[in-house]
Amino acid sequence: MSGFDDEIYRDELLDHYYSSPRRGRLEQPDVAFEDENPLCGDRVRVEVKLANGTIEDIRFDGDGCVISQASASLLCEKAVGKRVEEVNRWGVKEVLQFLGIQLTPVRLRCALLPLKVLQVALAIPEKKGWSSAESPRSDSDEPRCAH
Amino acid sequence: MNERTTTPVRDTSELNQLEERVRRLRTDFPILAREVRPGVPLVYLDTAATSLKPVRVIEALAEHYRQRSANVHRGIYAIAEEATAAYEAAREKVARFINARTPEEVVFTRGTTESINLVALSWGRANLRAGDEVIVSELEHHANLVPWQQICRQTGATLRHLRLTEDGELDLDHFRQLLSERTKMVAVSGGSNVLGTIPPLHEIVRLAHEAGALVLVDGAQSVPHRGCDVQALGCDFLAFSGHKMCGPEGIGVLYGRRELLEAMPPLYTGGEMVKKVSLTEARWNDVPWKFEAGTPPVAMAVALGTAIDYLSEIGFSFIEAHEAAITRYAYERLQEVPGLRIWGPPADRRGAVVSFSIDGLHPHDVAQFVDRFGVAVRAGHHCAQPLHELLGLRATTRASFYFYNLAEEVDRLVEALQETVRKLVRRL
Repeated sequence: MSGFDDEIYRDELLDHYYSSPRRGRLEQPDVAFEDENPLCGDRVRVEVKLANGTIEDIRFDGDGCVISQASASLLCEKAVGKRVEEVNRWGVKEVLQFLGIQLTPVRLRCALLPLKVLQVALAIPEKKGWSSAESPRSDSDEPRCAH
Repeated sequence: MNERTTTPVRDTSELNQLEERVRRLRTDFPILAREVRPGVPLVYLDTAATSLKPVRVIEALAEHYRQRSANVHRGIYAIAEEATAAYEAAREKVARFINARTPEEVVFTRGTTESINLVALSWGRANLRAGDEVIVSELEHHANLVPWQQICRQTGATLRHLRLTEDGELDLDHFRQLLSERTKMVAVSGGSNVLGTIPPLHEIVRLAHEAGALVLVDGAQSVPHRGCDVQALGCDFLAFSGHKMCGPEGIGVLYGRRELLEAMPPLYTGGEMVKKVSLTEARWNDVPWKFEAGTPPVAMAVALGTAIDYLSEIGFSFIEAHEAAITRYAYERLQEVPGLRIWGPPADRRGAVVSFSIDGLHPHDVAQFVDRFGVAVRAGHHCAQPLHELLGLRATTRASFYFYNLAEEVDRLVEALQETVRKLVRRL
């Protein structure tokens, strides 16, 4: 029996998968983005409330495998209270640190989807020149996953 | 779509009899001797993605490079002539295998996808016009869907979709309604890689021809398991891959009726496919070489010939009987797993493919968890996204079988799935 998989499916990650306190929607998010991993059908939506360049509140929603959903939950936990610039610097290393596991390349895509979605969401006000406070909810101009 | 939850009544005596031979055949596959991890043997249940390779095919590849590594159709030295003879002998083997009228009706391609693209792009560009219609079914693999979407978009033709019944079979009444004098091509799978559905090809060909349409059969999932007699079936094109039938990757076949192939323009141009070239123009070679621009995958074609010999020795009567028995066994045993639903037709009307979902579990987690038991199954949409949308699913887990699979491997899958459910599913 491989210890590797036992780690992936350890209770802590299953807790995040089945009952994350961060799962849900925000009343009035400043930015939101949703994307999917077309290969496996993981879907993650992230909604963020910003205050002076800091992530004030954050929620995720979606469906998918344990890795993608637990990664989204952990990402939300770690991102709240952080500066946007800092979250934008996060990459593979940070995501694996949050999860506390090693992953094969295929499953790494599941783990990275939430961070990708969050970073796209955080780029929305900057691209459009909005201050974080006045950026609108972005449902209408979300790019559809093009795959 | 119906889910199946009937209680099993198991009779494995037939399967047990067949398994004596399966055990002998398994010794032909070196990979079956390896462990995935120390103490964990491989349980390979993903033949629908690619089959395992018998040692004879592996050796045929190596032997070609050891003995006859030369380009074909050009050299006049001994090993080049041998390579050419071996390549063309492989074409003759394929022609006999599918009962083509002549070897010239067999075009070597890289695989099923390229074969279908060749027809869509070459035949489609030359023959489809605005107002024409192409019919595909809702269960097609992307390889037999996207090329037709593209060529219809380019030519202004309309793509129509043949509906499925509740059981995941093709709705022939709907097919009759769709067919008209506008129908120019019917492109249909010989076997679903998700549901296991086996479309009634003879009936489809008859109805399509009555309407004046051509028929292309995507044989990727049917030829390796049941073969195909193109003359008896009467299809106009047949596409299939080597790697799903014990051959190597990188080699596939497009069968086309000779007069159709002759009338089609080449898709790729360059060396090999020309008779005479001047600075300003070129005259095409005869079929099938007109469609084989550049150096072909000679060793792979030769090894495909070896795979065909191997399958022919086993015989499709054995392969079909064993697959029917192991599929029925899997279909029944899988229903012992709590919350598991099988999608598609009943066990006696499907190929050696069983796709399922388990309540509360994502297929990716299922596939990863059973991998710890050495069980290789596929998770995802299996390149049939529209079909999964139809089922209301993002993905499924799929087990698929071939003549080298044992009932005890199905048992391992079922035990692994039961363990998965025990460990991962939380009743909320």
